[in-house]
Amino acid sequence: MKLVDHFEQGLDAPICLTWELTYACNLACEHCLSSSGRRDPRELSTAEAKAVIDELQRMQVFYVNIGGGEPTVRQDFWELLDYAIAHQVGVKFSTNGVRITPERARQLAATDYVDVQISIDGATAEVNDAVRGPGSFAMAYRAMENLAEAGFENFKISVVMTRHNVGQLDEFKAIADKFGAQLRITRLRPSGRGADVWNDLHPTTDQQLQIYDWLIANGEQVLTGDSFFHLNALGSTPLAGLNLCGAGRVVCLIDPVGDVYACPFAIHDQFLGGNIRDAGGFETVWRTSELFTSLRQPQSGGACTSCSAFDACKGGCMAAKFFTGLPLDGPDPECVKGNAESALALVGSGGALPQPDKDHSRTGRTRPVVLGMPTLAVGAPDRACDTSPLAGLR
Amino acid sequence: MACAVSTEAAPFDPARPYALAGSVSLRPEQFGALVYDFSTRRLSFLKSPLLVSVVRELAQQPDVTAALAAAGVPGAEHDRYLRALAGLAETGTIGPRAEEEQS
Repeated sequence: MKLVDHFEQGLDAPICLTWELTYACNLACEHCLSSSGRRDPRELSTAEAKAVIDELQRMQVFYVNIGGGEPTVRQDFWELLDYAIAHQVGVKFSTNGVRITPERARQLAATDYVDVQISIDGATAEVNDAVRGPGSFAMAYRAMENLAEAGFENFKISVVMTRHNVGQLDEFKAIADKFGAQLRITRLRPSGRGADVWNDLHPTTDQQLQIYDWLIANGEQVLTGDSFFHLNALGSTPLAGLNLCGAGRVVCLIDPVGDVYACPFAIHDQFLGGNIRDAGGFETVWRTSELFTSLRQPQSGGACTSCSAFDACKGGCMAAKFFTGLPLDGPDPECVKGNAESALALVGSGGALPQPDKDHSRTGRTRPVVLGMPTLAVGAPDRACDTSPLAGLR
Repeated sequence: MACAVSTEAAPFDPARPYALAGSVSLRPEQFGALVYDFSTRRLSFLKSPLLVSVVRELAQQPDVTAALAAAGVPGAEHDRYLRALAGLAETGTIGPRAEEEQS
């Protein structure tokens, strides 16, 4: 049996676990996959987060990808980082750079087992800030300068590919080279607020080919999180990676309130396996939940099985299909053979689209009534139900 | 320190004692094991449970050939396993163990 077949049947513990520490965020990116903004009052406490780290150590999850929201706005972020490292759980954390001061950069550069990933979605302020908000490029760039000046080698620069930045691929690479960093590009998903901007931001058919060709030319120097395997049908050379949807098999997400989802891009009840606060904790969810067990069964390729490219793309991304209203056993919305077009036309009005049911956007975008406490309680004392991203920092 | 491994790159020599590198952890899985190097942050795989046994035996045995025997690798397979181990030595997953540290 090939290694990838073992992966399809699931491992004893995830290879790559994403852990979002908070839904609080100082930014409000248009395409945020987790609809972040406000802190969730049910967020895991410091003690609960440390218990998760203990469990990951027992399960030998060698490293976690920490994200958010903006993870560094949690007051106990640096404490949790140190705790994870002391317990043989390596950390790569994603940040928009807000807390990467020269001091923190020096501290990070001196710490083994930590990797830092700075997010930008444009190689210029103009392109970046249109999606991530005014000033966000300058903030990220300063963080990169601080890391480079502190001697942090090979940190990551993470870019979500959109219609507006595919043309900047070489510029992104140049920024990474300038800082001695490594570029990571990933696919835009219609997850979270990404569903709202998907039609305007996802790469065009020509751009998909441009991404594929660029990745082939730049080889393994560029990381992709295996996210472009749906493009494999574009040529005879497969992209580096497992070419596999790892949801519930080798990857999963622990969200800020302890919910365990099959994939970081699938924050929706349909992909919820359980909660780490339940009896048995994370390990029981990973090993025995009904959802994860079902994802490890042989999956039907459905309409795609008769396509000549099925072995190359495996039907694409589950989350991309789900949030564009397509059947999970049909083509990916960005199917390079154009097989999704008729199905997408049928989805039509948007009435059939699954609505994101975990919105933490600060504007309460999809909610007719804003629940919880007011979010602009300026000067209010810190308290458990304060969902402002600045909770505890005032 | 039994797990101390020289950082000098020497050619792989099955007559010498070896061990898993100090920065490397193994996680057993059905197919073999996940291998993670905390220093280089690189993930790789051991693709057979027998190879995992060999790698684990390295630290207990006076040389690599003895580790193959202790893990029960059939004689006809020795060359194949030695090639796999040479590959692991090249990537720093395993490394030579200093003689005086054996006891």
